[in-house]
Amino acid sequence: MENFLNALVLFTNFVVIPATTYGAQLALGALGVTLIYTVLRFSNFAHGDLMAFGTMLTIMVTWGLQALGIGIAPLPTALLALPVGMIGATALALLTDRWVFAFYRHRRADPVIFVIASVGVMFVYNAITRFFIGVGDQRFEDGARFVIRVPDFRAMTGLREGLALRTSQVLTVVVMALAVAFVFWFLNRTRTGKSMRAYSDNEDLALLSGISPGHVVRVTWVLAACLATLAGVLYGLDKSFNPFVYFQLLLPIFASAIVGGIGQPVGAVVGGFVVAFSEVTLTYAYKGVLTYLLPEGMAPEGLVQLLGTDYKFAVSFVILVIVLLVRPTGIFRGKVV
Amino acid sequence: MSFLSARAMTGGYGATDILHGCAIAVERGEIAVIVGPNGAGKSTAMKAIFGMLRLREGEVRLDGEPITALSPQERVRRGMGFVPQVNNVFASMSVAENLEMGAFIREDDYSETMEQVFSLFPILYEKRAQAAGELSGGQRQQVAVGRALMTRPKLLMLDEPTAGVSPIVMDELFDKIIEIARTGISILMVEQNARQALNIADKGYVLVQGRNRYTDTGEALLADPEVRRTFLGG
Repeated sequence: MENFLNALVLFTNFVVIPATTYGAQLALGALGVTLIYTVLRFSNFAHGDLMAFGTMLTIMVTWGLQALGIGIAPLPTALLALPVGMIGATALALLTDRWVFAFYRHRRADPVIFVIASVGVMFVYNAITRFFIGVGDQRFEDGARFVIRVPDFRAMTGLREGLALRTSQVLTVVVMALAVAFVFWFLNRTRTGKSMRAYSDNEDLALLSGISPGHVVRVTWVLAACLATLAGVLYGLDKSFNPFVYFQLLLPIFASAIVGGIGQPVGAVVGGFVVAFSEVTLTYAYKGVLTYLLPEGMAPEGLVQLLGTDYKFAVSFVILVIVLLVRPTGIFRGKVV
Repeated sequence: MSFLSARAMTGGYGATDILHGCAIAVERGEIAVIVGPNGAGKSTAMKAIFGMLRLREGEVRLDGEPITALSPQERVRRGMGFVPQVNNVFASMSVAENLEMGAFIREDDYSETMEQVFSLFPILYEKRAQAAGELSGGQRQQVAVGRALMTRPKLLMLDEPTAGVSPIVMDELFDKIIEIARTGISILMVEQNARQALNIADKGYVLVQGRNRYTDTGEALLADPEVRRTFLGG
């Protein structure tokens, strides 16, 4: 029994908690991607770098606040700086829309043209971010680091294995739940949210009903930029901030949106967790867990790791390929334009 | 002058004109029907009246006011309601949300109008929480008409409301349209089912190649042997 509990704790500590946190971060990112896709009808490749830009602003304001000695301990100071990051990212997204995407919208360009344009936007965002903050890793987490510490957990339970729960992990899941609840409430209960769904469902009829496309597009960018900043800051608190890592996050984020069914907000959230759990469970070394579970003498000699962690992006790719082959519309029957 | 009067409408989508001096007029609370063979420009005429087609010549007046230069959205604000032939509901949204979106431009309380729509189409009240895309063809048409009624239009335009529905459902829809007209709303519709439509029409327009061929009361057109022979199949 104790062996089983030890195995469970080990598994929770190294798989369940990290995957849940990562899943929540992906879900927030995928939600933004899916909103843009469903309203503006293109895959926004600049989303990862919009995340990076918003996070960079948040980090800079965080540093400023830290220098002034302002904080909200035990919570990280970044939460205080978050609104500035969101406003900055929103402004950037709205300006980009006015300068780049509006042009193609007026021409009624094909979605693929938008995608290519968004790749260009992605490079610009990426350059801006690197210009201001550099290419290195930035850590900006402060406040109480742990909710549960390993030694405390051992002392409490008397088990050999310890379990740690970091503040950033709890924060990620709580904030993600609140943000997702807000987005769903907004889309399903408010007049503006409903008009976004109407515009996404049937553009011509929405126009006939007097729904202003400009307003719908602006609100969508505001939501997407805020979600992107939120996802980026939570990811940075949990791990660290690095412009290139954020750029690479684009792949698991798109995988999440597509697995869940692109254009479906529920799908984005579910997809985020599916991708995160697949990545973590496939790259985790099960030696420790199996040593506890199997009878003595049968403990594995190798690491029992299916894939090295370097291959975690390959997992997203494989999931993407499988979904596109087997069920292109994703779990929740998204729409494909 | 008629409540809606469109005169000498000439225009088309590209270089060639589809409409050639076409004229349509509807009185208050009257049902007017546009019929004619395929490609006669029936739907085009209606789109021109609603502002979805740029006219080279001609004029559209609503309640005496010239509206030729207005966009469809502005015409909705002036009291026109339009039900397109296809894709006329928000398929992924519930029936109630469809009606709500129909009332999008209204700043006032529209719950009374929604109740009126529900009393006109009781089945919609039963299905109000269901996605419009899951309903039968006839019920979807009711949602589409209900959506257009939410702005309390003075003129309701229907583009082939009975396309693709069964004869029984068609009769039902026509009954509803008569009911709507009785509340004082003018109705202009394009119909493939010419005989049944002319039956309920106060006025009928037979268009051929973008021109008015016959204009009379629905009854008179049905009685006209020439019209019967050429357009109504005997």
